Amino acid sequence: MSFLDYFKGKRKQTASVAKERLQIILAREHAAGSSGPDYLPALKKEILEVVSKYVVVDNDAIQVNVERDDNCEILELNIALPENQKELAAAE
Amino acid sequence: MAKVIVVTSGKGGVGKTTTSASFATGLAMKGNKTVVIDFDVGLRNLDLIMGCERRVVYDFVNVLNNEATLKQALIKDKHTENLFVLPASQTRDKEALTEEGVERILNELKEDFDYIVCDSPAGIEKGALMALYFADEAIIVTNPEVSSVRDSDRILGILSAKSKRAIDGVEPIKEHLVITRYSPKRVEMGEMLSIDDIKDLLSIPLIGVVPESDSVLSASNSGVPVIHDIDSDSGQAYADVVDRFMGAKLPLRFLNVEKKGLLSRIFGS
Repeated sequence: MSFLDYFKGKRKQTASVAKERLQIILAREHAAGSSGPDYLPALKKEILEVVSKYVVVDNDAIQVNVERDDNCEILELNIALPENQKELAAAE
Repeated sequence: MAKVIVVTSGKGGVGKTTTSASFATGLAMKGNKTVVIDFDVGLRNLDLIMGCERRVVYDFVNVLNNEATLKQALIKDKHTENLFVLPASQTRDKEALTEEGVERILNELKEDFDYIVCDSPAGIEKGALMALYFADEAIIVTNPEVSSVRDSDRILGILSAKSKRAIDGVEPIKEHLVITRYSPKRVEMGEMLSIDDIKDLLSIPLIGVVPESDSVLSASNSGVPVIHDIDSDSGQAYADVVDRFMGAKLPLRFLNVEKKGLLSRIFGS
């Protein structure tokens, strides 16, 4: 009997797990949908190309986010420069 | 003014065609002149569910390409007055669906019909986009299951971004949720997302809950939309969907674990 109860108790959680997972993923997808204009990947690529002219950076060193407040959108740009970077300009 | 209603879901196999067939049949049974169009070019199945597969001569794509007139392609339903089926082509692909062509056919149908029900294919590609593009209202078919809910959410995003109404900036498509394959027993055991869970997640008005039922398979076996099976719970649930769509305020049914006899004694009817 206790074994059965245990089994029942275990099963009980799956619907709430499903809901929780959906809440998280839908929120994330909504955020991506609203903060991801179509030009974002191209913008990211071009900025990376410009930066790469001067500094050696990784492809994934750049993060572009658009955050939406009530009335305005903020484009946030993050580029992590490596510590012992070789400056191309200096080398030339 | 004729209304265009898309039946869509994103995910396949959740009951779009079953819902389209029964919903269109129900509208026609109420005296509305109704046509149901299969947008699943290349994988048509509405004809089978409606039981008219042997009477298909011309199809949607033939009409698009001016190889046949609408009159030639429309199949009059045998069971229900006022109901017509426009089958999809089985030999072409979805690229045959052009915006101009679909618009021309819908406009022509609007002159004759009260309701135009568009049975969308699965996915978010051309066929699905064309099915929803001209819609005034949408029925989102969702199963109480994670991938179906996520895909429904995705299709809601597409309705509000890529439909003609969204692009033209006019009044948005009116959305209705139909939950199918619902099992009250499994919900009670905590194994299945409940109605409230799904309503919370998708936040669109619920217009009906169709319980998981053997009668849906029997109906498709025999090519008679399940709404005709008035003794079955799913048939009655679809009749409720139609009534609610037409504005009736009805309580939801078939949400409790059925104990034969007891339920009807408590709730009447």
